[in-house]
Amino acid sequence: MIGILKLAYKLLVNDRAKFTALLVGITFAVFLMIAMTSLFAGVLKRASATVINLGAPIWVMDPSVQTVANTIGMPDYVLDAVRSTQGVNYAVPLYSGGALVKLQDGMYQPVTVVGLDDTSLFGRPTLIQGKIEDIYGENAFIVVKDTEFPKVGNPGLGTEFQVNDHRGIIVGIATVASSGLFGIPTLYTTYERALQYLPNPRFTISYVLVEPKSSADVPNIKRQVQALGYLALTKDEFMDKISTFYMYQTGMGMNLLIMTVMSFIVGLSISGQTFYTFVLENLEKFGALKAMGAKSRELILMILFQASFTALTGYGLGIGMCALTIELAKLRLPDYAAMITYWNLGLAFAMVVIIAAISSYFGVRKVLRIEPFDIFRG
Amino acid sequence: MADTAIKVTDVVKWFGEGEARTQALKDVTLDAYFGEMLYIVGPSGSGKTTLLSVLSGILRPDSGNVSVEGSDIWKLGSDKLADFRLHKIGFVFQDYHLFPRLTTAENVAIPLILKRKDWSEAIVEATKYLEIVGLKNRAELPPVKLSGGEQQRVAIARAIAGQPDILIMDEPTASLDGDTGHSIVSFVKQNILNDKRCILIVTHDSRIYELATRILKMEDGRLTAIEKGGST
Repeated sequence: MIGILKLAYKLLVNDRAKFTALLVGITFAVFLMIAMTSLFAGVLKRASATVINLGAPIWVMDPSVQTVANTIGMPDYVLDAVRSTQGVNYAVPLYSGGALVKLQDGMYQPVTVVGLDDTSLFGRPTLIQGKIEDIYGENAFIVVKDTEFPKVGNPGLGTEFQVNDHRGIIVGIATVASSGLFGIPTLYTTYERALQYLPNPRFTISYVLVEPKSSADVPNIKRQVQALGYLALTKDEFMDKISTFYMYQTGMGMNLLIMTVMSFIVGLSISGQTFYTFVLENLEKFGALKAMGAKSRELILMILFQASFTALTGYGLGIGMCALTIELAKLRLPDYAAMITYWNLGLAFAMVVIIAAISSYFGVRKVLRIEPFDIFRG
Repeated sequence: MADTAIKVTDVVKWFGEGEARTQALKDVTLDAYFGEMLYIVGPSGSGKTTLLSVLSGILRPDSGNVSVEGSDIWKLGSDKLADFRLHKIGFVFQDYHLFPRLTTAENVAIPLILKRKDWSEAIVEATKYLEIVGLKNRAELPPVKLSGGEQQRVAIARAIAGQPDILIMDEPTASLDGDTGHSIVSFVKQNILNDKRCILIVTHDSRIYELATRILKMEDGRLTAIEKGGST
């Protein structure tokens, strides 16, 4: 059997022009499919950056919240009610909002301010400079050192700025797991200071972050929160909600779908057509093999192997090319959001398998119909 | 008398449908023996290639029997029939049907590979058959680098590589000049034909008739004459 596969391999790769055309088709299609979907995956991850970075298992919010940035203030009693719910280990308030900071050079820069619970500092970032307890100091803020860091003038410890006419001072520099979507730097401070420094509506709690006693308590917590007229989501559910919003409410999902389908069609057209031509050109040879005693299933195996080998090689090249392009893009554009996930790879793989299956289906049909007698007749 | 290699009895074959329906073989009966080089000759459309296809297990007749070495091949299932062709029949096609993307040795190794021989062993064995046809030094070349006569010899090497009992050659001299064609068939007679092998040749080429053991003449789907060839 290995000999037959080797024969198929040689017939395929020794026809360099056709093989190259097949590879180009598949590689290009995979590249486009992964580029599109990885960009979307990157955007979705960044859209959920705050949820990922704070890491709370349960988020309580107003039911109208669609994304983490789109906060709707909740009254203080919600926090008290959640704290008294059975199965809650602890619950803390979180402030999340936008502000304009005036930098030392006089320029203004929009920032996201995250106000952590004063007592627990739950969700605090990992500091690379400074001490976390300094966040309790006067006017203290921690700045996140991510791709947006230069936008606040690459501050060091002690750098001063103004927030809403209040003096602010950097007491720590932190890293987080994921940067935000909108290219805005992030400042952390305490919940109370955030309320003092920033203009607020009547209700001030953006989210209540909850740690359940056990995962078995989650359904009860969600029910109790729902009874209050609010919504409790696990971290994954909240991220799904954010993804759903961007996918279906912003047009991004449809655009992605269109681009992915177009990539698939391009790949299928180039590869399918080329593979079919390849089979047609070798049809007499397949007929000769049949006459010599090759069984139909052996010929099918040869064609499937050729299609699969081309598809998988093109798949690997496409992934490699896309990964390289993303890395190169990130060197020039640190904000470039694309990220290759197993989901992207799985989707592209499924599409490549479909391309290979459709291409080989027509080839197999043709080869099964060729009669050795036609070879004799010439 | 030598053993019977092929026994064809009352074979009938029709092609087409309705008014276009034509009878390609009309009650053809013949015997072919081991050790003989049997020619099937006749004008175009006389049914030579159809007969060759029927008796080599490629084209199913509408009626009649084809028995090879005592067994009725058209009672075999499709897989068994493929095995029969692989193990018993060697084909030399008119257009050779060599694979241009493979080397000469790889082309010759194909029947061995279909017989599940290991690739490298098959190549070594194929080189021996290339030596028989005098082309060992061409083993690594693709067929397109060879002359017509050399390609014909590669096709012969491929046909005998499976060590078939029956060798079938379709118009072996059609693409060759007179001298080359004669020398090829002469070579086959001297080096490939033996007491355990039967060679059937379909040809128009009267210049090689002298090499035949027997010559079967066909006309309009019927066997019209059986003549002794130039040798026995």
